[in-house]
Amino acid sequence: MCLGIPGRVVEITSEDPPAGIVDVSGVRRRVDLSCTVTSEGVAALVGKWVLVHVGFAMSVIDENEAARTLAALEELGEAMEEIEAMHRSAAMLEGTE
Amino acid sequence: MSNRMESGREGMRFTDEFRDPAKAKSLVSAIRAVLDEIGATAGNPVHVMEICGGHTHAIFRYGIDRMLGPGIEFLHGPGCPVCVLPMSRVDDCLEIAEREEVIFATFGDAMRVPGTRGSLADAKARGADVRMVYSPLDALELARRNPDREVVFFGLGFETTMPSTALTVLQAAREGIGNFSLFCNHILVPPPIRALLQDPDMRIDGFIGPGHVSMVTGIHIYDFIAEEFGRPVTVSGFEPIDLMQSVLMVLEDIRDGTPRIRNQYARVVPEHGNRAALAAIDRVFTPREAFDWRGLGEIDRSGVKIRPEFAPWDAEEKFGVGYAAGKSSGREPEGCMCGEVVKGMMKPTECPMFGTLCTPENPMGALMVSSEGACAAYHLYAGLRPEEVVS
Repeated sequence: MCLGIPGRVVEITSEDPPAGIVDVSGVRRRVDLSCTVTSEGVAALVGKWVLVHVGFAMSVIDENEAARTLAALEELGEAMEEIEAMHRSAAMLEGTE
Repeated sequence: MSNRMESGREGMRFTDEFRDPAKAKSLVSAIRAVLDEIGATAGNPVHVMEICGGHTHAIFRYGIDRMLGPGIEFLHGPGCPVCVLPMSRVDDCLEIAEREEVIFATFGDAMRVPGTRGSLADAKARGADVRMVYSPLDALELARRNPDREVVFFGLGFETTMPSTALTVLQAAREGIGNFSLFCNHILVPPPIRALLQDPDMRIDGFIGPGHVSMVTGIHIYDFIAEEFGRPVTVSGFEPIDLMQSVLMVLEDIRDGTPRIRNQYARVVPEHGNRAALAAIDRVFTPREAFDWRGLGEIDRSGVKIRPEFAPWDAEEKFGVGYAAGKSSGREPEGCMCGEVVKGMMKPTECPMFGTLCTPENPMGALMVSSEGACAAYHLYAGLRPEEVVS
């Protein structure tokens, strides 16, 4: 919950509020981009690596930092936990449709 | 995961500067040298507190405390939000969750925190509709899909997760989603640190500052620690080399008598934080007069509540629970020493319940619940902690 996980913005789904699809270790989910959008606009975030905290991109990071952070999270056993939480949440929402 | 990422990670596994064993060794030597210059010994060690539960976990995972010798003692601060949540707030969760019309949505971390009537997991087993969600946005989506139910999101965490719940409340308000509300348990890092520094029994010589809290807030929220209390802080990343560098920076400031706030994690932490995140927090939340912490008691202005403007999305107001019902703090379980451990006055292993009555599988105290809790970290890594950072 506290550490967040790196992911890559693959497409923009909404300008306002800024949101898009982020690929987190192969899991694609909708992420709020409000805290990372700059004067260049939300489209400029496509392809960028971001640190995702509970569904919100909180910081733009470079690719090396993303890889390092992911490696550290894997060692701490937190990466799987985050990804499982994403899967579980998505499955839970599907079950309610 | 993209191929580029894969190959990037393979390539840097042993060459990355944050994993370089030679660099780790030289940092260990430098730290030991500074400890000698300070005159720190096993009988009179330097006390450094890491505030963030993620740092506590990493220090244990990599065995950093053992590597640095007996001249430094790590105190594990109150930086795990699940661990400092008082039982009374868990009881409030159960009171809300057990209502017929409620779907109670929570992060998985909070499922097993014990209250006086059990945990949310227990309530779920008894039939309450408790759902684990990854994000408050998923709770909001639950509300959209279940217009005839009340969806309550259990908001907890420090400044790191506050922007996410603030933005979710703003989105609910914008869409006019009336069946969503937030049970707000957000807490702030500076007030408990002030409380610890004012405690005459405490001895803390310097701090490792939290990385992701600071990413939101910037580093100036710690200025008072240097200015009023004369203690240095270094905001740190989570890699073993990050943590060792930060320890070295703090020790240098202790040695030189130059308390200041330094930023080892500048690649992620901007000096002034994240403007959009801070604006969302300020728009939705306002400090409470006081908030109750497990083990630390009531601390002035240490938690936030939802501004009256957003009262329709405030679960405390909606269901008349918690502070809205004028409830005071509850008692902790008999014999539980979490409070002493949170303050760094007792090692987890010194608690009579550690590993016997209180285990990660069956936690009595909150510090055993989360992997970021000091007791769970001790339990997980006891006896199998590596002596080297890179083995």
